Amino acid sequence: MQWEIVIGLEVHTQLSTNTKIFSGASTAFGAEPNTQADAVSIALPGVLPVLNKGAVERAIKFGLATGSHIANRSVFARKNYFYPDLPKGYQISQFDLPVVGQGALTIQVEPLSGNAKPYEKTVRITRAHLEEDAGKSMHGDFHGMTGIDLNRAGTPLLEIVSEPDMVSAAEAVAYAKALHTLVRWIGISDGNMQEGSFRCDVNVSVRKPGQPLGTRREIKNLNSFKFMQQAIDYEVQWQIDTIENGGKVHQATILFNPDTGETRAMRSKEDAHDYRYFPDPDLLPLEISPEWIEQMRATLPELPQAKQARYVNDLGLSAYDASVLTSSREMADFFEAALGNAIGQAKICANWIIGEVSAQLNRDGLDMTQCPITAQQLGGMLQRIADNTISNSGAKEVFRTMWAEGGEADAIIEAKGLKQVSDSGAIEALVDEIIAANADKVAEYRSGKDKLFGFFVGLAMKASKGKANPAQLNDILKKKLEG
Amino acid sequence: MSLSSADVEKVARLARLAMNDQEIQAAQAQLNNIFGLIAEMQAVDTKGIAPMSHSQDLAQRLREDKVTEPDQRAAFQAIAPQVEQGLYLVPQVIE
Repeated sequence: MQWEIVIGLEVHTQLSTNTKIFSGASTAFGAEPNTQADAVSIALPGVLPVLNKGAVERAIKFGLATGSHIANRSVFARKNYFYPDLPKGYQISQFDLPVVGQGALTIQVEPLSGNAKPYEKTVRITRAHLEEDAGKSMHGDFHGMTGIDLNRAGTPLLEIVSEPDMVSAAEAVAYAKALHTLVRWIGISDGNMQEGSFRCDVNVSVRKPGQPLGTRREIKNLNSFKFMQQAIDYEVQWQIDTIENGGKVHQATILFNPDTGETRAMRSKEDAHDYRYFPDPDLLPLEISPEWIEQMRATLPELPQAKQARYVNDLGLSAYDASVLTSSREMADFFEAALGNAIGQAKICANWIIGEVSAQLNRDGLDMTQCPITAQQLGGMLQRIADNTISNSGAKEVFRTMWAEGGEADAIIEAKGLKQVSDSGAIEALVDEIIAANADKVAEYRSGKDKLFGFFVGLAMKASKGKANPAQLNDILKKKLEG
Repeated sequence: MSLSSADVEKVARLARLAMNDQEIQAAQAQLNNIFGLIAEMQAVDTKGIAPMSHSQDLAQRLREDKVTEPDQRAAFQAIAPQVEQGLYLVPQVIE
């Protein structure tokens, strides 16, 4: 019998502020331990938190980008637990009055298996709230003790909670990727997963169709999309096997081990989830005026979804091309700058960026911002393709040269003699010569051996040193051969 | 509502407070007095009054996102029980 999978995500994204959420200590990554842990971060007695305006601005932007309700009044609460990476004995978070309420994110899902087609899905966002990050524990060689670095303590986080709307690992990964794209797109987080700026907790349960929700287990702290997919696949199978073997799934927090590909329950104390939330008396309610929201709205760029729709409707691109080009703001910006006003060349421009540019970036281990070719350089080359100055193979040569040595398309075409011959008189002369020199093959062709056409094209191209306009050459050759 | 001594013990454990039986008894009595006061307050008709999360009817002031705190690690770590390689050392914690 079939099982249904139910998945919800909680994503912690580090906000790209200069300073911590409740103090003026720097949040720069990679500093010497505890050099950015000020009196508030280490919770010296008597210190008071003061909320960072930049963190609130980023939360508002996220709310606007997901069409979410933004609370005109929200409240910070203490989440009480003892752990040395947060020396106050509580984390300042938000509980029943979060800054961002219900919203939604529409995603493109690429099914992971079989020939299933990509499809669109809307995932509801329950809420997003501001909170502080904890420090880091080091379990190295410290004479049986634990080392604590509080540089990260107090870094602003936006915790984004989804409804359990996802039904497969593919959907969960697509949602996480879309969210990851969005937070970078609107500039509220660097999204650096290696540095922990984007961490996902995944709630997974299974049930028989029509039955109430099963008991969920929460996979903590996934910081790669690949691991997320592996962890969900493993966990789903584990839950199904457990139930089918007559066992029961118990609510638990679990960890994924990338080395074994398995999930395992964390040892947890029975009181671990008794957080005793209450409003933090050190912080007054956060008020956000409609004017402030409108100010923030004016700073938002065109969002990925709007861009996708515009690429499809106005530029005539396929949904696939549009979604690849909007997978990062850098790529979309590159595409638009390369295209310029040449709307008619959108498809060829998209092909070059999704094809050659991406492949070459990949080979060289670079990202879009490190691309050695500027969008303007690529645009210049595309113009020469469009006006028939160069053929596709000539363009590839121009591209390789640009990548390795720089330079503008026109200069490279000139220097390398890549200008294609579109003078039909010249091409005809060349074709006449070939026909005259290969009378036997021409006879074979005329008696029905169509395959020889390629042979003639090859000869003609060679004779023109690769410069003959291929479409023109084909036409002329065909006409002459048929005599 | 009133607290049992088991409730008090649980709250003490969550707050990492070591309490003997006598102290638990005393705390139980004091806490139940507070609950008595809360019960009195809850009898007040608050219909139509918006709940407050703070005793002062003010909004949070915000700070500009500018670095203001210098590195004071040496001063802070001078009063820490144990430090090494810039880290604060604490009894081992393993999840």
